[in-house]
Amino acid sequence: MTNTMDDIETAKAILVIGSNTTECHPIIGLRIKKAVMNNECKLIVAEPKHIRLCYYADRWLQLKPGTDVALINGLMNVIIAEGLADEEFINNRCECDRYDELKELVKSYTPEKVEEITGVPAGDIREAARTFASAENAAIIYAMGITQHTTGTDNVVTLANLAMMTGNIGKPGTGVNPLRGQNNVQGACDVGALPNVLTGYKPVTDAETREKFEKAWGVKLPEEVGLTATEMMEAAAEGKIKAMYIVGENPMLSDANIRHAEKALKNLDFLVVQDIFLTETAELADVVLPAASFAEKEGTFSATDRRVQRVRKAFEPPGEARPDNEIVADIAKRMGYEMENVEPAAVMDEIASLTPQYGGYSHARLDSLPDGESLHWPCTDAEHPGTPILHTTVFTRGKGWFAPVEWQAPAEQPDEEYPLTLTTGRVLWQYHTGTMTRKSEGINEIDPNGKVWISPDDAAKYGVENGKKAVVTTRRGDIDIEAKVTERVPNGVIFIPFHYTEAAANVLTNDVVDPVSKVPEFKVSAARVKAK
Amino acid sequence: MIKVEIDGKACEAPQGSTILDIAKANGIDIPTLCYDPRLSPYGACRLCLVEVEGARALLPACYAKADDGMVIQTTNEKLERIRKTLVELLVSDHPMECQGCSKSGRCELQRLADKYGVTESTFTGEVHEYDLHRENPFVMRDYNKCIMCGRCIRICREVQGIGVYDFINRGFKAVPGTPYDKPMQETPCEFCGQCISTCPTGAIKARPYEDRGRVAALDMLRNACAYFKMPEEDMMKALGLEGWVTRTTCAYCGCGCQLDIHVIDNKIVEITSPLMVGSGQGNLCVKGRFGYDFVSSSERLTKPLIRKKGKFEEAEWDEALDLVAKKLSETKKKSCPDSIGVFSSARATNEDNYLVQKFARAVIGTNNVDHCARL
Repeated sequence: MTNTMDDIETAKAILVIGSNTTECHPIIGLRIKKAVMNNECKLIVAEPKHIRLCYYADRWLQLKPGTDVALINGLMNVIIAEGLADEEFINNRCECDRYDELKELVKSYTPEKVEEITGVPAGDIREAARTFASAENAAIIYAMGITQHTTGTDNVVTLANLAMMTGNIGKPGTGVNPLRGQNNVQGACDVGALPNVLTGYKPVTDAETREKFEKAWGVKLPEEVGLTATEMMEAAAEGKIKAMYIVGENPMLSDANIRHAEKALKNLDFLVVQDIFLTETAELADVVLPAASFAEKEGTFSATDRRVQRVRKAFEPPGEARPDNEIVADIAKRMGYEMENVEPAAVMDEIASLTPQYGGYSHARLDSLPDGESLHWPCTDAEHPGTPILHTTVFTRGKGWFAPVEWQAPAEQPDEEYPLTLTTGRVLWQYHTGTMTRKSEGINEIDPNGKVWISPDDAAKYGVENGKKAVVTTRRGDIDIEAKVTERVPNGVIFIPFHYTEAAANVLTNDVVDPVSKVPEFKVSAARVKAK
Repeated sequence: MIKVEIDGKACEAPQGSTILDIAKANGIDIPTLCYDPRLSPYGACRLCLVEVEGARALLPACYAKADDGMVIQTTNEKLERIRKTLVELLVSDHPMECQGCSKSGRCELQRLADKYGVTESTFTGEVHEYDLHRENPFVMRDYNKCIMCGRCIRICREVQGIGVYDFINRGFKAVPGTPYDKPMQETPCEFCGQCISTCPTGAIKARPYEDRGRVAALDMLRNACAYFKMPEEDMMKALGLEGWVTRTTCAYCGCGCQLDIHVIDNKIVEITSPLMVGSGQGNLCVKGRFGYDFVSSSERLTKPLIRKKGKFEEAEWDEALDLVAKKLSETKKKSCPDSIGVFSSARATNEDNYLVQKFARAVIGTNNVDHCARL
């Protein structure tokens, strides 16, 4: 997030797009509701299904899955046509010739044309654009509904265009705010658990960066960008990756096109999985190492708004389970590398010494913060108060770079054989692959099994009954799953949450990825449904 | 900034502060029951009445905005007499068998009754006898203990934005209930448990920590608090167990809510969130409040496993680690470092993630390291 959770409440307009916030990030959902209830904030929800936030919304733009770029270009078209752009911000903070290009591109995205693509009435597009652009400060909040497309990068870039064009960046209650789906996606990225960058997003291809880390770690480092998770699976299937070490992940439920992931993992010569449970992935391993849970170790998590916070040990891990840091260091030692710092506090000091954004963090400092105070990175030294809002005076690259993009249709379109659009996501009760929540008695009493959501018209058309089993099929495979007939999904769209191993949505999803981010298109697959 | 005097102490505060805000900021205790910093002031319980020089009547400190130059008394004989009477009135229809009540030690009414020496009420009359509401797995309601402060109603409306509760029925029979007294799972309830977190008495409680996960040691603690008239915090300190609560960060979504994990005998007995701290400000969701059974699940892995002849067998750490190191070293030598892939975890800590990527790069020699940010 460029801004913080706290300052969402101060926004006068919020565009929530591709995020079912109250279910997937409930506490951020509270902040949005508060803005609406207490601050006269106008909420615009852009989402194919009816989510709870629609009840609080000034306007609900029910777009077809995978038409986000068209919708946002449409909003920008209206903003330019009606002279609502923030010319002062554009002139001072952005590259003006880029803005001219953007203007040229969105010219053709008239509300009427966008209505044809997205299904959102032209009048609503106009009104939403006016609401967003004329608000004193307006925030954009998005999540996986934006990124999990073959055009995920385009979607994000387009949102950034909208924020810059309306001057909604770098001040309270504004910003481009992605909500990270898991407790520490932000932190894992920050500390370099990515194939292309070391800590603090320094490219592995940069000689100077490598030199700094080589000096600190005392080894020569590889120069070429590595493979992403999705590419590694592909490489494993092709036999190029022969061994894998998986720490706390469950690709056997979370990857698109699970059957393919299974084939890939089974093709490995050696698989070691380190986890707290015998997950679907661990079942395929040669060696399984028992790890400590978050309640059994020390460390830090970085929240979605760059707030680094302490994780503390409440009790001992069960049996012989051990914390990840010790296990990793032990394997390293046996392979001839002695890790200098293994204790979490010392590791944080090492991170701080190599990562400018984290330079001011230490466990001691975090422990001594008064209640209610947080440190958002960049926090460059021990005195630095943290940076709640990014890009306040200048962008990372200097001047803002508008990147105009044309809308492209999702990789798979409904056709005669597969007439429906399948989209996936989470529900309030469950979390990701269910490894944690599905072991909670109460939660499973409320939400015992997965369901496919289907509109009453489609249910009648395909002979599916509420509460009865249905079969959902895509080009990747099929699953049996209970049907939930609901008006919350429009005709032509079905929704399946992906938490449930016995009805795994990701058997069905399309593993075609965004060319830049390598994120699979979980949100759009062509599907068909019938009664079982 | 305005200047006021509270109990003879000169205080400064921003314009618009309530008397209670200023008193709190200056360490002056004013009793309250219907107040919660997460909610807008309500002024129902009247316990926070204070005397302001020159004012025509006593003012509720939670509601009344302070004016520059105000001279305020938070305690004197008259105020304490009123407060004691209010507590007696509440107690007249509240079962005072605090031993056995799981809110004992944390109950705000119990604390006030102890403070004013009220064990039974001088007021007698009809008392309520309601059945317990325990129709859902999370929220348990015991209207016999309700003091009608409306905090559950207000938090559901003002913070959660839902409004599952409102006062139902009239007069003596009024209670904060659901529409048509429906079970909560038939309402839009999200089971966030915010109502549990704000209820000042034992009227709304977390069921997983009540009938199911009831821990003998915890019951003893509650009883001891009732018997010795001590708040839970002081009792745990007296027992040398103050470390039983650990402040940590929630392991579910990326909101980063702060959790207080209450642990007895290596088991999580309750999860709460500190008020006005961190992103959640004391609010949690169903997963954060109730979704932590998994930590002590019997399905947890407790021993390394090695596949032998197609089946998993338990192994010693040394054997497992030796095997992993050997296999990875072999693969690295026989093929190349890039024939090994490493998945780190978005659920692990920064420190663990750092070490895993360092392992991939410095030990194996590959940049093939990633995690599920994309999934």
